[in-house]
Amino acid sequence: MTDPMAEDLECRQVVEAVTDYLEGAMAPRDRLRFDHHLALCEGCQDYLEQMRTVIRVAGRPAADAVPPETMAGLLRAFRDWRR
Amino acid sequence: MSAPVAGSATSADDLELLARLRRGDEAAFTQLVERLHGPMLRVAMIHVGNRAVAEEVAQDAWVGVLAQLDRFEGRSSLRTWVLRIVANRARTRAVRERRTLPFSSLDGAAEPGRPAVEPERFLPAGHRWAGHWASPPRSWGDVPEERLLSAETRAEVGRAVELLPPAQRAVITLRDVEGMTAAETCELLELTEGNQRVLLHRARSRVRRALERYLDETEVAR
Repeated sequence: MTDPMAEDLECRQVVEAVTDYLEGAMAPRDRLRFDHHLALCEGCQDYLEQMRTVIRVAGRPAADAVPPETMAGLLRAFRDWRR
Repeated sequence: MSAPVAGSATSADDLELLARLRRGDEAAFTQLVERLHGPMLRVAMIHVGNRAVAEEVAQDAWVGVLAQLDRFEGRSSLRTWVLRIVANRARTRAVRERRTLPFSSLDGAAEPGRPAVEPERFLPAGHRWAGHWASPPRSWGDVPEERLLSAETRAEVGRAVELLPPAQRAVITLRDVEGMTAAETCELLELTEGNQRVLLHRARSRVRRALERYLDETEVAR
């Protein structure tokens, strides 16, 4: 039989499959091909790293402050609810 | 095959918090509001598209949370449960106000997508290495961490997210900005896993392009 690695992925395909890869949504065989390509392709390694950076930078750094008047109003509702 | 569903079950921390809330512990409630009010606002925004209305919906949802607290069965995380309440209320409100902008009216995944990367960055057909990088991305490994995580860079990424089509913006906001799981995002936005992933892919790809452009430009400017 043919070696599954014989049909190498193109970088153009890798950039479209990168989210499936990061989401763990790839069939094992496709994942193997992806990893194989990645091992040999510095451009795609950098691309994958960039995607991870995007996710990290997009993340909210800290919980946002709740305005005091909002908090006070909600606390009033909480006290009413207890009764 | 899906990503592991963190937050799908009620954690020990949630259970403890819940017990304190049911006893009327105000510190526990304050803590919960600090943790969830921001995410609630953003979930509401996705559906109602207006900051003031989103604020009303979120406050109203808190009253709903309290009213239903005794009925919370602990089959999901407290956060998922609360966000489900706000999503339902926001959807109802959006329908009532007949807003057409909301995301529920769009099935963004059905639109033909743009390629993740400009086609001219790959070698053309006929080339021995057709489809491989002609102009590969540069490593961001040498960009200082404090620059990547600076307020300016984050603001640039935030702008790129704002410019996305609504369905893509909704998905990347919940997944990457809020850090929700795929399962939570599918539920709150009523999306299939496949569509959620397509939208996430398009969103992240576009934001990557914007960040690349920004980092390249500011590098030259130095």
